[in-house]
Amino acid sequence: MIPALPRGVRLRHDAVRGQDVLLGPERALMLDPIAKEILSRVDGAVSEAAIVDDLAATFGAPREQIAGDVRAFLDDLGAKMLVTFHEGRGHDG
Amino acid sequence: MTAEIAPKPPLAMLAELTHRCPLMCPYCSNPLELVRKERELETDEWRRVFAEAAEIGVLQLHLSGGEPASRRDLESLTEAAAKAGLYTNLITSGVGLTLKRLKALEDAGLDHIQLSLQGVTDEVADSVAGYKGALKRKLAVAEDIAAVGFPLTLNAVMHRRNLDDLPATIQLALDIGARRIEVACVQFHGWAEKNRAGLQPTREQVAAAKAEVDDARKRLRGRLAIDFVPPDYYADYPKACMGGWGSTGLNVTPEGKVLPCHAAETIPHLTFANVRDAHLGAIWRDDPAFNAYRGTDWMPERCQSCDRRDLDFGGCRCQALAVAGDAAETDPVCIHSPFRARIDAEIDENIGEGGGGLEYRRFA
Repeated sequence: MIPALPRGVRLRHDAVRGQDVLLGPERALMLDPIAKEILSRVDGAVSEAAIVDDLAATFGAPREQIAGDVRAFLDDLGAKMLVTFHEGRGHDG
Repeated sequence: MTAEIAPKPPLAMLAELTHRCPLMCPYCSNPLELVRKERELETDEWRRVFAEAAEIGVLQLHLSGGEPASRRDLESLTEAAAKAGLYTNLITSGVGLTLKRLKALEDAGLDHIQLSLQGVTDEVADSVAGYKGALKRKLAVAEDIAAVGFPLTLNAVMHRRNLDDLPATIQLALDIGARRIEVACVQFHGWAEKNRAGLQPTREQVAAAKAEVDDARKRLRGRLAIDFVPPDYYADYPKACMGGWGSTGLNVTPEGKVLPCHAAETIPHLTFANVRDAHLGAIWRDDPAFNAYRGTDWMPERCQSCDRRDLDFGGCRCQALAVAGDAAETDPVCIHSPFRARIDAEIDENIGEGGGGLEYRRFA
């Protein structure tokens, strides 16, 4: 599945707080560095599996653990409608 | 009094651009004493306020009213807010919005629309709004909103007359392509307090609504986000009003007064600063009204020592004043409040036989 930020949801750096935030309809989520790393890879074209691969390679961490963290994080944002999913031509289908 | 430690920056600002509104909902959150057009802030004043808000850390701007579309400069106000970097949310009845205006708002950078709903049948919707054709008008506007592509939240205000229609209300949100629905039960302040006998839902209605929301959340996960605001008076603990007084948000009235919450003017010993006289940041940090109930020092001992202190912050100051007679008391909804019996008595008084005429909101 390919995650995407739907219209009206965007990442922003908040200079006042020195922090990254995800802004959406009536929500402002303060992002920790891990959340920021995940969301900055969500562009509506890259599959979740490819995002996990990239994170595992970048941080030299076990893929399985990263896959679980990414799934839980994106699933929660999906329930809040801050991330949507579509099936595209990502290599994991 | 000046705060010794600077408060955290506010996250959200509610801009009540005007109190003018074509609807007359009997639970309107505007104060009983409405501000007339001649006293409203002018375009340039609002522009300056939006810039100040962004400067002090506000991220979310709610453009509200009254009906914000009653302001002919809504498009240029939206543009100024978006250029200041604020996330712009239009809170509207839909009346006064045309496809042409919606396209102009898109060009101005509007991010999101929250459309109010009074009921899912003409009978309920039109009688609650005091406006003939309210529901049809809204459904037409919802189509235009979808055509432009704005993300949409349906804001369904619920009470005894429409709470049984909750399943149909959630279905309507899906039908019009909303991404979120807010199921907000009326709280009894201001206009709503006058109409409590005609609006207060029964305990059974609220319990059924909670069950329906739980079920719908599972069923519609990933299709519709559901925010549910149950009435506090059937609960054991108060709501975390405003996430804590002066901690998260602020409200600017049509004439420029800056309030810690939209009902704060009901606390008579507080006076409020005006954006015409001071920078928004100075008001947020130093204004005595913001510092009156900020933090925990003001709390009675039973709140100070409570393990829920940092969960609900003592609840609602306006309700403490209205029911307990002291704005610095524990919210009387709390089961630990010595005034809880008054809340229960009010509930009993207002469980009528579905009667109670409605007193509509209008300018005196």
